[in-house]
Amino acid sequence: MSSALDRPLPADPDPWAVLRGATRARVALGRAGDALPTARELEFRAAHAAARDAVHQPLDPGVVRAALDSALGAAQLPGAELVEVHSAAPDRATYLQRPDLGRQLAPGTALPRVGADLAVVIADGLSPRAVHEHAAGLTTALLQRLPGWAVAPLVLAHQARVALGDAVAAALGARAVVVLVGERPGLSSADSLGVYLTWDPRPGRVDSERNCVSNVRPPHGLGYAQAADTVAALLGAARSLGASGVVLKDEGPALPGS
Amino acid sequence: MRRRRTVGGHTHEFPTLVELMAKATPARSGDVLAGCAAESAAERVAAQTVLADLPLATFLDEQVVGYDEDDVTRLVLDTHERAAFSPIASLTVGEFRDRLLAWAAAGDEAAISGLARGLTPEMVAATAKLMRNADLVAVGRRTRVVTGLRSTLGLAGRLASRLQPNHPTDDPLGVTAAIVDGLLSGCGDAVIGVNPATDSPARTIALLELVDEIIDRYAIPTQSCVLAHVTTTLRALEAGAPVDLVFQSVAGTQEANRGFGVTLDLLAEARAGALELGRGTVGSNVTYFETGQGSALSADAHRGVGGRPVDQQTLEARAYAVARHFAPLLVNTVVGFIGPEYLYDGKQVIRAGLEDHFCGKLLGLPMGVDVCYTNHAEVDGDDTDSLMLLLGAAGATFLIAVPGADDVMLHYQSLSFSDVLTARSVLGLRPAPEFEAWLARMDLLDDAGRVRELSADAPAARALLAAASA
Repeated sequence: MSSALDRPLPADPDPWAVLRGATRARVALGRAGDALPTARELEFRAAHAAARDAVHQPLDPGVVRAALDSALGAAQLPGAELVEVHSAAPDRATYLQRPDLGRQLAPGTALPRVGADLAVVIADGLSPRAVHEHAAGLTTALLQRLPGWAVAPLVLAHQARVALGDAVAAALGARAVVVLVGERPGLSSADSLGVYLTWDPRPGRVDSERNCVSNVRPPHGLGYAQAADTVAALLGAARSLGASGVVLKDEGPALPGS
Repeated sequence: MRRRRTVGGHTHEFPTLVELMAKATPARSGDVLAGCAAESAAERVAAQTVLADLPLATFLDEQVVGYDEDDVTRLVLDTHERAAFSPIASLTVGEFRDRLLAWAAAGDEAAISGLARGLTPEMVAATAKLMRNADLVAVGRRTRVVTGLRSTLGLAGRLASRLQPNHPTDDPLGVTAAIVDGLLSGCGDAVIGVNPATDSPARTIALLELVDEIIDRYAIPTQSCVLAHVTTTLRALEAGAPVDLVFQSVAGTQEANRGFGVTLDLLAEARAGALELGRGTVGSNVTYFETGQGSALSADAHRGVGGRPVDQQTLEARAYAVARHFAPLLVNTVVGFIGPEYLYDGKQVIRAGLEDHFCGKLLGLPMGVDVCYTNHAEVDGDDTDSLMLLLGAAGATFLIAVPGADDVMLHYQSLSFSDVLTARSVLGLRPAPEFEAWLARMDLLDDAGRVRELSADAPAARALLAAASA
């Protein structure tokens, strides 16, 4: 830092640009009295509003289905069945306050015990918007990379946390589960999708038994192909090892994008 | 003693102290999640009514978390000072509330502030449960706790701030830019405190040296902190890094602290290391702790006697006993950070912030608050404004502020630098005295003592902007 401290201030027409250019943080906003100027205040509100709307926008199965049909078709993959399930959280307010209910299937949920290598669960999580925008693209990219895997019917889960995938996969009789879940929106990223992989899924699995790829959000975050490469590699390693999570990270091969 | 009460024709019974405390707690989502909340409004009031009649001394004989299995309980009881407790030894919880409010109204700060070492976390938590928000403000502002290292904190009529210049990759220029922005807005008198993006010792040392150099270059009467894990700070101390403050997140049970990877011995060792450096000028408080309602529950370490879930407000107050043992310069609750499953909306966040400030102050802590929220909570800037102004009125030691209220590393919203200016000007509060004098020396204050709106070619702006020039 001494070198930076010792340099003279450049002859910039807007010296505050020095601060703004050094960080993405909201620096040098100016003031209206002791408060923020109107324009800066409204910028902040717009970012917060986008994040709030991403959390509370209902998951629309029609949007996901149409996007999936289109993405699978473009990749010349067969159309996929999409089974809807609900967690035990009946509404958004309950979902936000009771993570435990978001990890359980609604009472009376029946899923066919198909037996499969892999279940794919598309979960609204904290950003249904991320699911609308990125779930189809990522699912398609993933299926393209798993030609030898018997994949159970795709499951679309409402008011769902990551661990709901364990219950779904156990009911389907799948050896592994990949959960695509809308991540908690930030002020600058309301549409980020996360991917969680769990080998031998069953209720009671803990987070250290999962592997995660986060911030799937092209073009700003991770792209579908890159994320799917990583997940496919993780799935292969998990199958060899018969386990996922910390143990896989420690002993597995170096993974792209991880 | 049978602990039961009839409200609205229905008799409610509270078999254990753990259940009584939990059910007397004002509503919040975390207690529902833990399964210990009152099941109706009437049951809550019945519990509060029973709690009001409970002698304070009960908490010395009957535990919420067991003595044998929990080192926080042992710390509390083994360091309890009977002499400090004696003025209130005969009171019930309800009578204690009344007495505190009477002392506060009379401005008798000495009577209130002298109790700290005679109080246990459970006593103050119980009292808070009987108080309304204004009660928490009224007593809080008359509880005096003064600490210092290179600035003096907690004096009457002062409101300090932690300048939190986080950056997603700990980039030196990015951190520096946020520091400069905060200093130009009159923030940073409590501490310039960076949350590192990773917990590596090398990164921590680099950040310590960066902030130390800025403080040194501009002779700023404040202190730095890199909020790394205490074991990382120990490594930095061993390497000879300029450590002003030892930081650690702490919680209210031994098991939760184990989840944080800390023991009381480890904290003592780090504090001794920082004290040895002798970096203070106006005081020798060298520790900084953060806490927050829900941290024990989120670590599944929230159970007490009989394996029953303990309410999150009581556990939070117990964390203050841990902090108190290490003579901190600063303690703050991070209220609203961990999400709506613990504090659902603005009402719950505001209530929790005032409770935490009250409990911390009464136990003798230099209590500040990170007034904050995440995007999935029912909280917005109006709620944080309300809590900020209430805390200013309650005499909070400091508030946390980040550029534009947006922490781009931790991804949550806190107060902005300009919010701190607003709180000070609306409530007639001033920065820490040494820091205020520095602001004046830097020509950052106008004739009324208000932080100037600078133009970029002002000498102070030019000097500080030079620090951020690549």
